[in-house]
This record gives sequence, structure tokens and C-alpha cells, in this order.
Amino acid sequence: MNKKTLQRFLSLVRANSSLVILLLVALPISLLSPDFLTGNNLLTVALQTSMIAIAAIGMTFTLITGGVDLSVGSVAALTGALAAGLATKSGLGTYPAILVALSAAALVGAFNGALIAWGRIPPFVATLASMAAARGLTLVYTEGRPISGLDKLFTFWSSDFHGIPIPLFVLIFVAIVAYIILHRSIFGNYVFAVGGNEETSRLAGISPIKIKFGVYIISALCAGLTGLLLTARLWSAQPNSGTGLELDAIASSVLGGASLMGGAGSVTGAIIGTFIIGVLTNGLNLLEVPSYNQQVIKGMMFIIAVLLDYLLKSRLKKS
Amino acid sequence: MRFKMTDQTYRLELKNIVKSFPGVMAVRDVTLAAYFGEILALVGENGAGKSTLMNILSGALIADSGMILLDGNEVRITSPRRAQELGIAMIHQELALIPQMSVAQNIFLGREPLQVSGILVDTKKMQADAQVIINQLGLDFAVSAIISDLSIAQRQMVEIAKAISIKSRVIILDEPTSALSERESVKLFEMMHTLREQKVTLIYISHRMEEIFSFSDRIAVMRDGQLVGVEPTGNLSINSVVQMMVGRELKEFFPKTETEIGEIVLEAYGLRSGSRLKNASLFLRRGEIVGLAGLVGSGRTEIARVLFGADPLEAGEIIVAGQKVKIQSPEEAIRLGIGLVTEDRKAQGLFLRQSVRSNASITLFTKFSRFGFLQVKKIDRWIRSAINQLNIRTPNLEQHVGNLSGGNQQKVVIARWLALNPQILILDEPTRGIDVSAKAEIHNLMGELASKGMAILMISSELPEILGISDRILVMREGRLMAEFSRLDATQDKIMQAATGQLENAGINLNE
Repeated sequence: MNKKTLQRFLSLVRANSSLVILLLVALPISLLSPDFLTGNNLLTVALQTSMIAIAAIGMTFTLITGGVDLSVGSVAALTGALAAGLATKSGLGTYPAILVALSAAALVGAFNGALIAWGRIPPFVATLASMAAARGLTLVYTEGRPISGLDKLFTFWSSDFHGIPIPLFVLIFVAIVAYIILHRSIFGNYVFAVGGNEETSRLAGISPIKIKFGVYIISALCAGLTGLLLTARLWSAQPNSGTGLELDAIASSVLGGASLMGGAGSVTGAIIGTFIIGVLTNGLNLLEVPSYNQQVIKGMMFIIAVLLDYLLKSRLKKS
Repeated sequence: MRFKMTDQTYRLELKNIVKSFPGVMAVRDVTLAAYFGEILALVGENGAGKSTLMNILSGALIADSGMILLDGNEVRITSPRRAQELGIAMIHQELALIPQMSVAQNIFLGREPLQVSGILVDTKKMQADAQVIINQLGLDFAVSAIISDLSIAQRQMVEIAKAISIKSRVIILDEPTSALSERESVKLFEMMHTLREQKVTLIYISHRMEEIFSFSDRIAVMRDGQLVGVEPTGNLSINSVVQMMVGRELKEFFPKTETEIGEIVLEAYGLRSGSRLKNASLFLRRGEIVGLAGLVGSGRTEIARVLFGADPLEAGEIIVAGQKVKIQSPEEAIRLGIGLVTEDRKAQGLFLRQSVRSNASITLFTKFSRFGFLQVKKIDRWIRSAINQLNIRTPNLEQHVGNLSGGNQQKVVIARWLALNPQILILDEPTRGIDVSAKAEIHNLMGELASKGMAILMISSELPEILGISDRILVMREGRLMAEFSRLDATQDKIMQAATGQLENAGINLNE
């Protein structure tokens, strides 16, 4: 291949690196397992993936500002538990209960945001603390036991519409709203600006504090939605649900092109990133790889993806 | 101050160097030689290929073809490390020192002398060795001083000390004086002369003509990747060099647009902030360009930041359009019609990894939006007209602003403010590190804005610039406003005297 074609090829790969990775993951799996490319299996992947993707979209907002939200798993659990508890025990009605639970999620996000924006506490520390606190609150509220007995209005959200899982529709809705906010609104543009260079943003008349406050609320709301869908799917709120969600969400965002240094990331990238992990997990299950070994493979895969991204970037810069 | 060259053999020869990047031929067949112990100035507009050529010499880039001879022997410079081993050091604009470490630690970073044990650093020897170099260069700070406590000029000296410590035979300086005041620059050049006597070859890239003509032995001019000429400095004039650089004659270096000066739009009394700004009062009028001179660190930038709400005001009063105001954030300053083009373009002015579109439109979002959503088409239309108006050279709106030349980057920052049409525009070193023709364009633009009634405050370390385009000149020293001159009264000497404290109570003392 001559130099020019190679370069054009590389820049095409770079521009769509997450899609390329998705293909690189899906290809061997579809060759090795005949069950992979069947309608039923793909719908299962879509169902599992769309719930995590919503949290990953929220995470992307915080990553773009140069922050991170480690509390998403706990917030998901807390939201699910509150919604289930209020719906079954308080007589509040399912939808009011869900609204109250989402408000609680937003409150945790506001708490994170306030600590980070006004308190100038590093995002890692602030959200690590609320990760513990929100999990604790969940355990206190549920007394460590699952809350079941959800009605049809609740479990509807994990059912399907002509075979297509409802969570996939929720994901599409969230993605559209998030896309408009991130890529079309003033707020979204300021999110990129603050992550790109906070001082420049401030001197351009932006208030970085408000922007940072906002992204943690968005992240918590997305995590809350994920928690509600998880609860609907299990027909009960599990006090330990959402454990490890933060890792999946961060990995998805980064696989989708978000930069841990801030300033880069996209909604579509976050979704593709989640699908990479989803397809990989599904493939490993189909190939009957033991789940402990899967953990190791996923970790390695994440590192390779980040390295690949970095290498492509530096290769392009040099040429 | 010029010395006769006693040794006429070449220390360094570059022969037929070619380097191309995708789409551009950055260096085309350049042949250039440098003598033992000379100061060779390398000039050219941004994008002329100076930096590429020097990066090839220092190993950061590898030439496509051509030959490099050092002391008559062909050498292959394949990496910056190899260049160092050969005795070629490059001192970049962005200094590469570790701020938390001492001068001695930085000089010997990676080459620390060890104690007999072979594990522990021999701090005493390191400090003594550093002291020898510091003395040799005639520097006045301690080897134990921490870098972050030193001024930019002193840090530059540390970089040079580092280059000396590795026995460099060729030292390349990329715009060494762009962050220095005139006095610090003179000191740097004195040091360069000391090095020249020690037979070191110095190549330096600069945009400052006055300096080049007072301090260099020869001048090499590049344009469009080619060497246009190299001549002993005595045979050239500023005009002839500028002509060689731009390939045409520039009519006037600092064109001054005559404007009508209107009413006062901003008054400030007794401004105080931090340790740098102690007491300053000033006023700005419509249609007037006020030049703010003074040494680096005299509080000029702090005035700009306080007026723009970027730093808190500790004492003093600001009156905008007759109303007493409190400016607590840039957001509020913008609402009052104040704009600021910051001194440090890369750290404070630009989002380097983002597009020209985002960079130029960041202040417009509130203006061009409905219900919080951007009116993308309106914004694009506006940006395109600004790109035309300011003659910004960019392939498209998606281009990363970091890939543009300094002059075009600065124009993007200025474009950001134009749409808001501020009453007051503060520009802090607006033409630092910018090539001659972009500089003239920015000066013209300032004149144009003033003629439309904008009040302009321009901070600059370049006296010819201050003298060339200001209607009124203010001089600061040690956090205080020392003097004020009208355009007609001001001279380079008077300003320097006021800035360095040799002239007390010059002009009108505003602090009374």
C-alpha cells in the first residue's frame, strides 16, 4: 500500500475507531459461534446493552468536562430501591414513585456537582465518597433485602414491543435528548469548552462552575434511569444491583472516543462503546468461556482498545 | 558590539535539506552554513519553514533528503537525544523545566552525578558543577533556587545553562525574547555574546527586527520553505529584510489610523490586586488606542485581568459609561461591553484541540440561540464573514485551531469578540510571536475598530508597536502607573526611563 492510501485509511479508521473495534470484536465471534448472528441473540444483546448505555451516556458528559462519576452504580441501586419501595409500600402509585426516585437521583448528582464545582473537591474523591454513601443509603432503605411485588406498570419497562425490548426504545429516546443537549445546545457546547480549557472558558464569559454542576446531575439522572430499568427487568429492586456499573460506563465512554483528559466524547460513541462490551460479553458466553476468565479478557480488551486509540492518534499526528 | 570573525571555518553546514508534510513542502532544498562562534538570526514569516528546519537540526524531525555536516564531518541526527550527544541543543519557546525542582537539579536532570555508592545523587558536586556554569554565564540567582520562583527570563537562562552543561557546540533559540522585557532581552544577548566568544554557534529565530539588527552577526531569511538570502547584518536594513520575508514591500510598519476621540467610557481609580498591582488609575475614551507599557511583571496584565473581572479587585473603583460597577467575573465584564484578548494565547485564549468554529463562536452562543439551542446556520454565516473580514487562513471551519499559525490563531480569538461589538477591548500582547504581515493586519484592525468608536487598551512589550499605534501611552512600574505621554511626546527613551524608574514623575502622575 502506498503512503497516501495508508494515511487515508488510517484517518478513516481513526475517525470511526469505535465502530472499527466493534466490527473487530463481532467478526471472530460470528465466525466461531453460529448462534451469534441470530435475531433472538441480537435482541438479548440489545436488551442487556441498552441499560448500561444510558449510564454511559451520562458518564460521557462528566468525562468531557475532565471529571468522572464513580457513583453511578450506587445511584442506580438507590433509585431502583426507592422506586420499588415507594411503589409497593407507600401507596404512592408507580409513576409518582418513579418520579420521586429520579428526583432523589438528581439530588445525589447535585450533591456531587456542588462538592466538585463549588467545593473544588476532585471528582474522583467526591464521587467515590457518594458511591459509598448512596450504596449505604440503599442498604439502609432496603434493610439489605430485595423489594419485590412490582405491578405491571413497572415491569412493562422490561417487556417488549413486537419482540423489540422496551429498554432499547428508552435508550433511543435518551440518546436523542442527550445528543441534542450535548451537540446542539449552549450547555453542551460549554461542556466541551470547559473540558477543553477551563481558564479559556472562564475568560470567554462562561461559568465553569455551573457547567460542572450540571453534568453531574445529568450523569445521576441517567444512572437513575438505568437503575429503574434494571429493577423492572428483575421484577424487584436488588440492594446490590448496579455494582461495577461505573467501570462498564467509563470503559464504554472511552471505547467510544471520550478522553479521560476531557474535551472529547460523544453520545453515539458512548452507545457504540457499550455495544462493544455487550457483544464481547455475549460472545464469551456463547463460546462458554467461564465468567471469571471473562473478567480478565474484558480488562485486557479495554487496555488494548485505549492503547490502539492512542497509537492511531500519535501516528496521525506524526505523519 | 560586533566582533570580527577570526575563524572562518564552518561549524555547521546544512546541504540541500528537503522536508515535506502531506500537502506542504515545508523546507525546499535549503543550504545554509554557520561559522564557529557566531550569532545567526533566522527570520521569516510563520510557516516559512524556520521551525521545521531547526527541528530537523535538533532531531525532532528527520529530513526527507539532504546532508548535515558538523565540524566538517557528516552526521546523521535521528533523534533529539542524538542531537544532544552531537552537541546541538534547542531551546524552545515553551520551556521544558520542572517547576518544582531546583536550578541545579534541572541542569543535571537525567545526568545527575552520583556518590561513590553509585545509587545516591552527589548533591554537593551537582551544586558545585552548576555553580561553575552559572558563574561562567554571569547569572545572579542561586543554584538551589526553585524554578517556579524564577522569572521567565531567568528560566530561559537555566535552559541555556543546561545546554552549556552538555557541552553544546550549537545552540538554537526559538524566539527567546518573546516572553522577555527589553531589559531582560539585553541581558540574554549579553550572555549570547559571552557564548560566542567561547566559540559556540548560536542560531536564533526571532520576529523582533530591532534586536536582530543590534545583536546578530548574520541574518538568514526564509520564505515559503526556501532560503531567500543570508548576509552579514551590516549589509542589510530592516526594510530590506522585511521585503525579503514577505516578497513585497510593506508600506508602513505601523500604520496609524487617525480617529476622532470621543467621551470617556471607562474610568478606574486606585486599582489594587494581589502583589503585582498596587495602585493604578486610568481612563479610556471612545475611538482611542491607549498603549500600556512597562516591564514584564510591572502589573500591566493584572490591570487587564482586574478590569475584565478575571481576578478579584482588592481596592479601587471602576466606572463604566458613568456608572460605578463591580466586575466580579468575566461574564459580568462581557455584559458591560468589555472584551479581553489574553496574553497567553495557548493557555487562556484558545481551545487548542477544538475547531475554528468552536473557538470563534464561544462568546456568541448566547447571542445566536433560541431557548438554549444554537442557531448553527446563523453562527456559521457570522463566522464565515469574520474569517473574510479578518483574513483568517484556514482550510475549513472544522480545522483544529492548534494547527493554524500564531497570527491566524490570534485572529480567531479576536473574531470571538467582534461579534459582541464591545465598547472596550483590552488586548494583552496581541502580536507576540506573530509574523510581520499578520501583525500589520492586526494593527490595521485595531485602528479600524477604534475609528468605529471602540475604546482600546493595548498592552505590549514592544516599544515600536506602542509608539506606532497608540494615541496615548501609559507606563507602569512595580504595580503603579508611573507616567502618561501623548502620542507626540512619547519616545522610546522616555518610556524606558519611566518603566525602569530612572525618570520620576514623568508626564502627569495619575495617582495623585
